Amino acid sequence: MRRLGVDSVPIAVFIAIFTGIVLALLSSYIFTGAVPLYFVGALVGKTVMMELGPVLTGMALAGRVGASIAAELGTMKVTEQVDALETLAYDPNAYLVVPRVLASALMFPVVTAFAMAIGVTSGWITAVNLLDLSTPEFFKGLKLFYQFKDIWFGLVKSASFGAAVALMGCLRGLDAKSGAQGVGQSTTRAVVLGCEAILVLDAFWALVLL
Amino acid sequence: MIQLEGLTKSFDARRVLDGVTLEVPDGQNTVIIGYSGSGKSVTLKCIVGLLEPDGGRAIVDGAVVSELDRDQLTELRGQIGYVFQFAALFDSMTVAQNIALGLVRRGYDGETIAERIAESLAVVELSGTEGKYPAELSGGMRKRVGIARAVALKPRYILYDEPTSGLDPVTSAVMDQLMVRTRDLGVTGLLVTHDMRSAFCVGDRIAMLYEGRIRQVGTKSEIQATTDPVVRQFIEGRP
Repeated sequence: MRRLGVDSVPIAVFIAIFTGIVLALLSSYIFTGAVPLYFVGALVGKTVMMELGPVLTGMALAGRVGASIAAELGTMKVTEQVDALETLAYDPNAYLVVPRVLASALMFPVVTAFAMAIGVTSGWITAVNLLDLSTPEFFKGLKLFYQFKDIWFGLVKSASFGAAVALMGCLRGLDAKSGAQGVGQSTTRAVVLGCEAILVLDAFWALVLL
Repeated sequence: MIQLEGLTKSFDARRVLDGVTLEVPDGQNTVIIGYSGSGKSVTLKCIVGLLEPDGGRAIVDGAVVSELDRDQLTELRGQIGYVFQFAALFDSMTVAQNIALGLVRRGYDGETIAERIAESLAVVELSGTEGKYPAELSGGMRKRVGIARAVALKPRYILYDEPTSGLDPVTSAVMDQLMVRTRDLGVTGLLVTHDMRSAFCVGDRIAMLYEGRIRQVGTKSEIQATTDPVVRQFIEGRP
């Protein structure tokens, strides 16, 4: 959990900072002259919590976590460590896959929660310093359409992203063909499949929960 | 006893095993020799259920391996130690943790596990390496830890996959002594190798696997005196 979650916080925070900045600037560009500028807070809040926070964080972690899992398990596969586990009476799926999927499902929402908080904060700081918006106005906009559902929707999605990314990493890793090339191909495939799974799940949850 | 009856196995279009029949008597080291890619490792993996044969049967103590369910296979694997060609030690675990893994799975208590670790490391002459990681060990030491991991389970059988592959002559001789010592402890050994020096040192019976079948099987003396041209060419190392 430390490796899959805690160690991923820096990259998630980095992405969230710039997501918040861009969202604030973009929404200002869109809204100026059309609607009151405090709508910047609404857009930054909704978008970070419900969509960009979970999805961008998920994509970044698909590259980091998914690749790491696939490379680790792929190396174990080609060096017969998985076979060794079987001969020692361990079920590779129970011993290798389940803990990683559970850890990712638990830690992705934690990392996403950090990203949400940082993204909104970054948007606020940008709005106050670069746009003609005061803090009370930003938070007025943030609270305008806010529902608690915005947060749990994002976190539920994020948990499913974590499980999917880890599962893709495990499946591709355990399917690695022999040699460095085989492990490399599995790792690449795991990242691609993880990203695809995130997009599919994103649409699924939007259909089901919204 | 381990019995192989007409084992066949293909990978894509290539038939690797084409009716392997062999008996592995208890209390002896049986060696399967053969060219690289002749199916020696595949034979071992069929015995322990890592590969399922396309035809024929691998029978261990009367049980047909391919017909066992998961729990029965787990039970069987408790009786069979497997020493992989490159040791297959778990990189993230110390030597002690590697040896303990199988014992933990079988529910042994901490004191017993500690004793078994010490005993098995003593057998392979690696006492004091408990805290080291595989990356800190030489190739020969890793293979010896692989043997220790198998021996710690006190199995009835140990399968060795190319145990001297990649080792210098002295370390190979040490490995040979270990395999003989393990047999002397009452463990039945089945070894696959193309190292003839090792085969003649370790083997009580030697069988040659050629074109998917057992070409000849006999005692060390019988094989050394063989007039079969294929076996003769292989044991003499003539191209």
